[in-house]
Amino acid sequence: MDYSLVVAIELVREVAGLILIATGLAVIFGMMRVINIAHGEFMMLGGYTVVLTTKMGVNIWVAILILAPLAVGIFGVIVERCIIRHLYGRIIDSLLATWGLSLFLIGFVTVVFGNTVEGVSNPFGGFAVGQYKVAGYTFFLIFAAVAFIASVYLTLKYTKAGLIARATMQNSDMVEALGVNSKHVYMATFGIGAAFAGLAGGLLAPISGVVPGMGALLIGKAFITVVTGGAAVVAGTLSASTILGSISQAVTFATNPVYGDAALLFVALILLRLLPQGITGRIFTRSI
Amino acid sequence: MLSNISKDWLGVGFVTAIGLAVLIFVPMLFDLFEVLQMTKYVVLSLFALSLAYIWGFGGILSFGQAGFFGLGGYTFAVSAINMGQTTIPFLMAIAMCALFAAALGYFMFYGRLNDVYLGVVTLVVTLILWKLINHTAGPEFIIGKARLGGFNGVPSIPIMTLPWQPDMEMEPSQMFQYFMAILIIVYLLLHFLIKSKFGRVAISIRENEIRTSLLGYDVRLYKLWIFTIGGAIGGAAGAMWATYQTFIDPNAFSLEVSAKCLIWVMAGGVGTLFGPIVGVIALEYLSLKLGETSFLNNLIILGTILMFLVLLLPKGLFPTFRDLVIKLWQRARGGTSGERPS
Repeated sequence: MDYSLVVAIELVREVAGLILIATGLAVIFGMMRVINIAHGEFMMLGGYTVVLTTKMGVNIWVAILILAPLAVGIFGVIVERCIIRHLYGRIIDSLLATWGLSLFLIGFVTVVFGNTVEGVSNPFGGFAVGQYKVAGYTFFLIFAAVAFIASVYLTLKYTKAGLIARATMQNSDMVEALGVNSKHVYMATFGIGAAFAGLAGGLLAPISGVVPGMGALLIGKAFITVVTGGAAVVAGTLSASTILGSISQAVTFATNPVYGDAALLFVALILLRLLPQGITGRIFTRSI
Repeated sequence: MLSNISKDWLGVGFVTAIGLAVLIFVPMLFDLFEVLQMTKYVVLSLFALSLAYIWGFGGILSFGQAGFFGLGGYTFAVSAINMGQTTIPFLMAIAMCALFAAALGYFMFYGRLNDVYLGVVTLVVTLILWKLINHTAGPEFIIGKARLGGFNGVPSIPIMTLPWQPDMEMEPSQMFQYFMAILIIVYLLLHFLIKSKFGRVAISIRENEIRTSLLGYDVRLYKLWIFTIGGAIGGAAGAMWATYQTFIDPNAFSLEVSAKCLIWVMAGGVGTLFGPIVGVIALEYLSLKLGETSFLNNLIILGTILMFLVLLLPKGLFPTFRDLVIKLWQRARGGTSGERPS
């Protein structure tokens, strides 16, 4: 009984982890059809922001919840102004340019901070489930994932900015004709997507540590989740994270994490063979 | 029309002649170290050709060409260590990569994935291969006599022998000539393929997929073939890399290798076969020189070049240079039309 409870918690944690790393990417992809390959490095920057600011004596919650998304969000806006904005409509070129950015950032951070793992102390203790022990931070991550999804959903559904964003997604020419500068919408979207990435990086820093190459370990899952989910930000991320996360975690329990990752990819390939536009390309097509 | 065709073949003949001259004279004129260095360029050029073909002439942008490079290298390593000879392992590496490309291509092309989706799937497949092979450090991962070794790599891979002399390991200069011959043959074969009916259909798919399929061609099958051919060439390059270094480790699968391959092709010019070879030589030489400085890291250079190419030089070095020469030539002749016949 205790064991199955622990397994269930771990399954939910894996799903939550996928939601955390994929949301920022999904926001950008759903809106602009741009896959930001430097997404993993944005998370890495978020992690480093937390490491640096806590070393300087900033409270860890301020560092994770405010400074990491703020810093990476601003960085995202700069990137959009300097690179991405020249490449709208050239999907492949934007992929290549963000890949260049990703390599550059890994190299740059390696030169500045060195190729070593930087740690942040975990702000929560653990507590017991029967004879097992579960980290309190796990529950915080699950809560954060719920907050991610809820905030995106509520913003898109109930605010004026969300309305404009959804309209731009459907028909950017019409939105322009109605007097909205869609360039500003794209800039803001990219910044928000980057901020989500920074927040995710900050949130994951206490459990996984921070290394310059950490992006490469995370992005694979994030990309495949977003692509499997399809264009709808909330429904896509949620459904793909749930399916892929639970299958990969189940395989991980049965064997080891590497086969878990392989299983995640294999299931995603089969899903894409059946639903080439992603899950929300065929099912839940009218959702956000 | 006729003159265009003959101009094309003139270019090919020119490149082949240069290649043959390099093949014959380089081992005579340069010392051992430089021949070894150039052997590396030859292997990487073949690798670049694999992507140059599928991207430039089939419109398939694979972000995971390193997957075939690594897979070919490991297949060669494992089978050569087990069999004690190298000709059949070389063919096995090519076949293995062709099969893997066909299997992956089935999922991608018959699922009608394109641009973003294709890029992401190829990228992630390579990432997973990299993780899987990194994980094989334990003693239980052994195939016949060969231990996979995980992140430690596979050491002491046999040096390739000539197919007709299976008992004699190649000298460095022989290896250079053998690899150069393979590169020239693959270059010519690809050129024939591009000029054949198959190649023309492939180019029309690149230009307009829907129209081609409405004309009655099975786009999925054509793409599958193109991708498989690209995979096979990538695998051959991987096997040659393994025997050249007599060592292979999981970094052959890394994103850095995939990115390098893309950068060579982009720098040389998408849609040419000769350009990417120029790209390999220019950029490898550049990173060798820049790598000697201590403050610049290889990834910073690669990333900067990639962003620079995408933003400022989307056509690539070789086509930009070629167009410039043609323009100057036409101006010198007082020609009126600035348009280049294509």
